[in-house]
Amino acid sequence: MSDTHAQTVAFVRDTMLPEQPPPASEAGVIKWMRENLFKGWFNSILTLLSIFFIYKIVSGAYPWFANGIWNTSSLAECREMLDGMTGACFSVLTERWNQLLFGFTYPTEAYWRPTLAVVLLLVAIAPVLYPKAPRKLMLFTAIYPFLAFWLIWGGTLLTPLMVLVGLIAGYFAFKKFERQSFAMGMLAGLVATVVVIWAGGVIPAAMPDVLALQAIPSRDLGGFMLNMILGTVCVSLSLPLGIMLALGRQSSMPIIKWMCVVFIEFIRGVPLITLLFVANVVLAYFFPPGSNIDLVLRVIIMITMFSSAYIAEVIRGGLAALPRGQYEAGDSLGLDYAQSMRFIILPQALKISIPGIVNVAVGLFKDTTLVSVISMFDLVGMIRGPILASTEWNGVYWELWGFAVFVFFIVCFSISKYSQWLERQLATDHR
Amino acid sequence: MSTISDPPSGSFQLSMLINDTRYRSYTFQFIALILLILAFAYLGYNLLANLQAAGLNISYKFLGEPAGYDINQTLIDYTSQSSHWRASLVGVLNTLLVAFLGCIMATVIGVVVGVLRLSNNWLVRQLMSIYVEIFRNVPVLIWILIIMAVFIAVLPQPRDFRGEDATASMVFGAFAFTGRGFYSPAPVFGPGSGVVVAVFLASIAGIFAFRNYAKKALYDRGQLIPTLWPSLAIFFIPAILAFFVMGRPITLDLPSLQGFNFQGGIFMRNSLIALWFALSIYTAAFIAENVRAGILAVSKGQTEAAASLGLRPGRIMNLVVLPQALRVIIPPLISQYLNLTKNSSLAIAVGYMDLTGTLGGITLNQTGRAIEAIFLLMLFYLAISLAISAIMNVYNNAVKLKER
Amino acid sequence: MKKIAILGAMTVAGLSAGVASAATLDDVKARGKLNCGVTTGLVGFAAPNANGEWEGFDVGVCRAVAAAVLGDPTAVEFVPTTGKTRFTALASGEIDLLARNTTWTFSRDVDLGFEFVGINYYDGQGFMVPKELGVSSAKELDGATVCIQTGTTTELNLADFFRANNISYEPVPIETNAEAQPLYLEGACDVYTTDASGLAATRAAFENPGDHVVLPEIISKEPLGPLVRHGDNQWGDIARWTLNALIAAEELGVTSANVSELASAAGSNPEINRLLGTEGTLGAMLGLEADWAVKAIMAGGNYGELFEKNIGENTPIGLARGLNALWTEGGLLYTPPFR
Ligand SMILES: N[C@@H](CCC(=O)N[C@@H](CS)C(=O)NCC(=O)O)C(=O)O
Repeated sequence: MSDTHAQTVAFVRDTMLPEQPPPASEAGVIKWMRENLFKGWFNSILTLLSIFFIYKIVSGAYPWFANGIWNTSSLAECREMLDGMTGACFSVLTERWNQLLFGFTYPTEAYWRPTLAVVLLLVAIAPVLYPKAPRKLMLFTAIYPFLAFWLIWGGTLLTPLMVLVGLIAGYFAFKKFERQSFAMGMLAGLVATVVVIWAGGVIPAAMPDVLALQAIPSRDLGGFMLNMILGTVCVSLSLPLGIMLALGRQSSMPIIKWMCVVFIEFIRGVPLITLLFVANVVLAYFFPPGSNIDLVLRVIIMITMFSSAYIAEVIRGGLAALPRGQYEAGDSLGLDYAQSMRFIILPQALKISIPGIVNVAVGLFKDTTLVSVISMFDLVGMIRGPILASTEWNGVYWELWGFAVFVFFIVCFSISKYSQWLERQLATDHR
Repeated sequence: MSTISDPPSGSFQLSMLINDTRYRSYTFQFIALILLILAFAYLGYNLLANLQAAGLNISYKFLGEPAGYDINQTLIDYTSQSSHWRASLVGVLNTLLVAFLGCIMATVIGVVVGVLRLSNNWLVRQLMSIYVEIFRNVPVLIWILIIMAVFIAVLPQPRDFRGEDATASMVFGAFAFTGRGFYSPAPVFGPGSGVVVAVFLASIAGIFAFRNYAKKALYDRGQLIPTLWPSLAIFFIPAILAFFVMGRPITLDLPSLQGFNFQGGIFMRNSLIALWFALSIYTAAFIAENVRAGILAVSKGQTEAAASLGLRPGRIMNLVVLPQALRVIIPPLISQYLNLTKNSSLAIAVGYMDLTGTLGGITLNQTGRAIEAIFLLMLFYLAISLAISAIMNVYNNAVKLKER
Repeated sequence: MKKIAILGAMTVAGLSAGVASAATLDDVKARGKLNCGVTTGLVGFAAPNANGEWEGFDVGVCRAVAAAVLGDPTAVEFVPTTGKTRFTALASGEIDLLARNTTWTFSRDVDLGFEFVGINYYDGQGFMVPKELGVSSAKELDGATVCIQTGTTTELNLADFFRANNISYEPVPIETNAEAQPLYLEGACDVYTTDASGLAATRAAFENPGDHVVLPEIISKEPLGPLVRHGDNQWGDIARWTLNALIAAEELGVTSANVSELASAAGSNPEINRLLGTEGTLGAMLGLEADWAVKAIMAGGNYGELFEKNIGENTPIGLARGLNALWTEGGLLYTPPFR
């Protein structure tokens, strides 16, 4: 056989050749570059432009960063040290670090308190953000608000403790009367809470020094701490409000429905800044004469209203996305409205809404900078006011604004990355 | 025994108000209404008590009184003797101006970035997503203040253009970029310029007619008429001819340094530009995401189908993908416009005299009419957003019809 | 339904308003703190120092009132206010007293419903320009860009001045003094205009104060003084007479150094005795302790001492007494007699 073969064909390969690497122009980096950077003249131009742009930015920013000076006490001194070179005066950040973070009136010796509160915040939100965290932590999450209040504002621990006791009493009252009906339970819970807090109010008043930290008025809060406080407080307060508004808007009772619709659409129709103006110059007229609700509290009220309207819309989307069958399932089991909402509808609707809620939260956190417009000294307010106008640091724009951009970017970017992660997580176990 | 239990008839018990579903919703609504009225009465009572104690009242008469202050950017006639009402009107127009400019620029940047985020150029894709992430995740107020800081700290002030040893100079002798804003030449329409403008408008109409004709020729006879060069010719040649025939009636008014500032030309104030640019680039980052999502929502099969018909990539985008993507893109786009308009109230941070600056700022300060001024201010923004949602509804309905 | 409720509320409000407004003194005593509105920061008048304590000429007035009422000059909560928020803060009861270089004008007094309790600084509006511009008179400012604080009288004066002189300008509105500084220093405006005292204070905070001149024209009268709400006359009297006590103390030679000695026993000057409460019952008439004025003077010294310490010629701000000298020395300060 091989003979005949040998006569007809000069050469036949009878073994496979080992695989050859593709030619240099079709492999590895070069191929990748050809496909991803220089495919066609238009793409090549875009690539060259981008490279030029990046080069410009890096070559401009690098010496600025590299020559940065971290340890002078005024701009003049820093310029002198730089001696004509380009370089950043980061010393404004080191010198005013405390002011940037805590504002300029928060007592220095109390800085550890908000710092600790932030650390504990991370622990407290872990079980909320990360489903796999130990469930026991939830308990800590529940007491965290009271702890944080005490740490930041000071005074006796008995005050937040009384509120906590009141809420617990309310919870038990609710459990006791829930059998009769949800509404009765709520009513009983509310009454119990109010009564306990009101009656128990004498205790902290009588013993203002028990477990007391130096009391700090809200007016003294400032810097990035103020942004954090406004952001977390308002988002957490607006969640329950938003759920109620969303349920109200879906309700079949026309009066309740219209009340919610008007509220939501009104709030969403006006810019936050006008609501802050209300907090600043109008809201005080609506409180009883002689009551002194300070500015931070008024701002918290308005921002909470603002974000609850947006959260309500997100949750309404979640409610609408549930298939009708879920609602009918509740009815067919004989559950009443409150039960079917609590056990069937809300858990699912909230789950779908989480990414949307996180987006609202990020937006709201960014919007807390608007308080600088009504002369509160948050991070932006500190930079615009006391720091840029001070004799030492008049004219240090880029370092300060760069810092503000950096801080907000880190926080908001990580939250939105988290939300994307969560979205993927939820998507897989949903279908 | 009846299988369906009859609704308990007969005596009405008080507990039925809560326990009977037929009455319960009335009970709840009644309670809610009472609570609402009580809340309003309480707030109203406090308001009146506080106003009374302070010796104040609520009145809108101040709107008719002379404002007494000057405004730097006025699109309609205004002097310090005009009324507060007029000042508010100036503010409204300034708000609308910056919102309009902002929406246009945000759309342009947003669409370009959104499309480039899907480009097959890796580097460009990365750059664009960096852009989107950075601008989305930092408050717009900071961007406004940063751009304003560029004006204050980087650009030369008019005084730097003056004298022998001027450290700054005008671009082409016609444009000046100063820390107070941009100056550019303004056209001055002399006698006879009407003809030039008319010719120009006519030639634009001509371009449309020509393109229609070309399309028709393509569809009816399959004849491909080039459109680019003829269009350009129609655009330029008649107008230029008319310009020279009429003896150059349109001249340019160049800005020039006189005294403290540049005079003449078109002036765009730093506050307007800071607000405009910042709002645009911030909103564009969101629009880019919407555009990207919209394009991705068009299924890949559409692109492949178009490609198999032999369409070029550019045409696929224009004729197949974008028309379908637009339906997904436009609703969020409109709500971004609404956000931009609402964010334009941050004007007050850079002293741009929009409605928040005039009515909600200086008028409020000078008259002390806080409640009235803020009420009107909210009403205005509410009207704008209701108008925009109305437009959105109309659009959504229109799209729905075509869907069938 | 709503109308009825509001009407009802209105009548109740009418009944209770008289009661509600007369209680500022009681409120302050119950709170143990005086809420005093000041600027957001104007060195010399009111600004927090490096330790976050408020200092300045207006702050001195707040402290004197707190000392007279509560016996403690540190029992003050300082509330920073802008041109925009100051009046609503006072009208809504957020602050009890506003000491924020505020000009006494007809409409603020009558229309906004406030009571100016006196004048602690006679001022006028001036212009500040960089020396290098070579401007020597405000009339040469045609076409200039002017930084102006919104919500102030100076904003209205500015419009009137330029209109009257038939010259044009370009206003750059700003919200606080702090924002004006960088704008002015970087040349985004050619001129900064506000009260002359404010100009001096602002200039003192510059790195090179010598590079800037204040033009000779003073285009308005700006009598600056503390104010309270209309309708609570007792509280108004307390603020008014505390300010008067500081001025009288200077006139009578009572200083923070010698006040305790003078107050230890009745002396030979009956007016000093009445002022310091060693004779008569002036304090009781105000509803305060007999030694109210002693405490007010001890808080930061008499008017002259406050002036010298905060804004006088030996401070960086370097204001001369001028109109603000005692009438016996050719100025305008003249307090009614304590009797
Ligand atoms: N006297 C004028 C102006 C008062 C005023 O606002 N002065 C400025 C500059 S002198 C000020 O105190 N600014 C401090 C701040 O911005 O808080 C008025 O009462 O309207």
